[in-house]
Amino acid sequence: MPLSLSSVAADPSAGELHALQERIHAMQGRRNRQGFFPVLPRFSGLFPGGIRGGAAYSLDVPLSVAMALLAGPSANGEWCGAAGIPDFGAEAAAGFGVDLERFVLVPDPGPDWLRVVSALADVLPVLLVRPGGRVTPGEAARLGSRLRERGGTLLVLGSWPQSEASLRVRDSRWEGLGEGHGHLRRHRVELELSRRGHVRTAAVDLGELDGPTPAGASRPLRTIPGGGRPALVEVPHES
Amino acid sequence: MNPETRAGIPRALVVWFPDWPIVAAQLAEEIPERVPSVLLEKGLVSVCSAEARAAGVVRRLRVREAQSRCPDLLVVHADPARDAREFEPVVVALEAALPGVQILRPGLCALRARGAARYYGSEENAVGAALEAAARLGLEARAGIADSVFAAEQAARWTTELRPLLIVPEGASARFLAELPVRTLGEPRLTSLLLRLGLSTLGSLAALPPSDVRARFGTEGLMAHARARGQDPRAVVPRVAPVPLDRTADFEPGLDRVDQIAFALRPTAEAFVEGLRVQGLACTSLRVHLLDDHGRRSERVWGHPHHFGTGDVVDRVRWQLQSEGSPAPSRRGTRPGAAASAGPSWRSTGETLGAPIVQVRLSPEAVDLLGRRGQTLFGGVEERLDHGLRRLQTMLGHGSVLLSVPGGGRLLTERSVLVPWGEDAPAGTAARADRPWPGTIPEPLPSTVFPEPLPVQLLDQEFRPLHVGTRGDLGAPPVWFVPGPKAARRTVRSWAGPWLLRQRWWDAEASQRAERFQILDGENEAWLLLGEGGRWWAEARYD
Repeated sequence: MPLSLSSVAADPSAGELHALQERIHAMQGRRNRQGFFPVLPRFSGLFPGGIRGGAAYSLDVPLSVAMALLAGPSANGEWCGAAGIPDFGAEAAAGFGVDLERFVLVPDPGPDWLRVVSALADVLPVLLVRPGGRVTPGEAARLGSRLRERGGTLLVLGSWPQSEASLRVRDSRWEGLGEGHGHLRRHRVELELSRRGHVRTAAVDLGELDGPTPAGASRPLRTIPGGGRPALVEVPHES
Repeated sequence: MNPETRAGIPRALVVWFPDWPIVAAQLAEEIPERVPSVLLEKGLVSVCSAEARAAGVVRRLRVREAQSRCPDLLVVHADPARDAREFEPVVVALEAALPGVQILRPGLCALRARGAARYYGSEENAVGAALEAAARLGLEARAGIADSVFAAEQAARWTTELRPLLIVPEGASARFLAELPVRTLGEPRLTSLLLRLGLSTLGSLAALPPSDVRARFGTEGLMAHARARGQDPRAVVPRVAPVPLDRTADFEPGLDRVDQIAFALRPTAEAFVEGLRVQGLACTSLRVHLLDDHGRRSERVWGHPHHFGTGDVVDRVRWQLQSEGSPAPSRRGTRPGAAASAGPSWRSTGETLGAPIVQVRLSPEAVDLLGRRGQTLFGGVEERLDHGLRRLQTMLGHGSVLLSVPGGGRLLTERSVLVPWGEDAPAGTAARADRPWPGTIPEPLPSTVFPEPLPVQLLDQEFRPLHVGTRGDLGAPPVWFVPGPKAARRTVRSWAGPWLLRQRWWDAEASQRAERFQILDGENEAWLLLGEGGRWWAEARYD
């Protein structure tokens, strides 16, 4: 248990003590207590402080939006992962700014997927999951308490019983493709985040994500043959 | 070091295994025995088997020329590590008969003859003991004894299959060497110079006064001169036998259940890790050899991000057994690839193997100092992560926890290489990824990439499959799209293509001719399609 250090908080070295406390937490495996993970600036309208650590979000959005959400923490140096998504296009994720060197894929978690997900959530700060079956509220609560303990975030592609907030797509539009000419360039989606009755909406152009790079993400995007800019595509997700 | 003194040079015995690299490849079961085979080095034949030689193949031939002389020729690539590895047991067997072996190179070793001759009674008997030791391993060996290592090596090379030993009497080495050509010195630069100066035999070189040789050819020439006179100044330096780090577990009778083998192997794995630890070493790369009842061998090298502990070693053996063994006998023979990639079967640990395993050998492929591989006291975040992911690997199987590495290619599935946690990406992946790959699709890239392309239909106005001509000409525009075998028909709202994909036309197996289309269908879903001769697949979906 961390020692109570409040009596010395007025000391000039309080900042140092705080940093040491953080390190003790890190060593005990409790990262980012009540912390927030940053998101790309495009999403700051939806998540003003970032995505909350220790919570589960249910996403009813295309995979590309989920990838773009992961790009924020990943570009900040956090380890991320995706479980149960065998068709995860890693190259597209890299295009959004996901650092593939710190990205773990478990394409097939098998029948006992929930156990695999909780084992992964223990070690990965941000985890994207496509559920392999139904989840009972009890199981979700158990996993939720583990997430709170570790400070990790679960992004679920599908519904989740006790989610912090749920994100869905209201409208999506593709641009750039014609009748036998052009190619897909931009993908505008209108997203809606509902959190305990409050609803926020934002229009996100997934093609502009490469504009302002978040802190720590200095990776240049690959140059594109044909001059297209990374944009994204939206398709109704399955299930 | 004075080449003039004779007393310091003992009699040397050289044992030579002809065509050793080929023999080593046969011992490693890379090529069968008694077939014409050659070893390739830098594009030229460097060693050929007796069968290949009989068919007219000689050294320094190009492969094409060698294959035209002997059409059923097998070609193996030179691998010095394999040569040395396979030579090790031979040296151990020789050391049991005659102590003090120096390995000159794999396939050639030298011994001091005097002690052995005294022990066995005569030099003939000593050589006989060496040849017998080789014969017990089923190997053909030749031997020579002379006053110097060089002369003894030449004597060994002068033997024939019927007379596998040649003893040059004491003091007669210079006379024996005199007739040999200078290229036997094995120094191409010097040899070429000597030939141009008209010195074609070792005898003519030996006849020159040493001071002149030193003045004209330097130290290198002086050494060659001494060798030509049968006074090789190199003494035999016996090797210090290495501490064996390999561990072998033999099962009698053979075990055919993975969990049994894993259980029985644990003490051996412990001894393996402990044996390394005593030497202050940590194994970072492990080679596992499996031998089954039918005499089949399987070998695989496993990597590890830190170093192998007992549990990691047992896991690797288990994974190798699971990937080798066919999970269900009924599935054998139907499709060889299907058995190996059978998805969920590896989750159960009690599966039965095709043939019982009789031997497991663990050998360290790469080691590092233990001190440099230590863990921090508390274990950082990354170590916890590594530990957690490795536990997951133990639970799900080696290929279940993956990192994606950018690869090279035009198809999307080729462009990300999935590497199991703890392994390194296959060699050359980064180089392939850096190549330009003209014809890749423009960004944004699709986020859903199907591991296996999905069969779909792309139809024209009259519901006929869309055909693309050889020059990329389109008879009619795509109008209808069916995303899957049982899906409802959708309209094609907008499209682009065909983007032609023509690759590796020179290779019948890997060549590919396909047309790519990007379409946006009536349900507002965007797809990347691959077509070939009117049949269509979805390579990826933009979502």
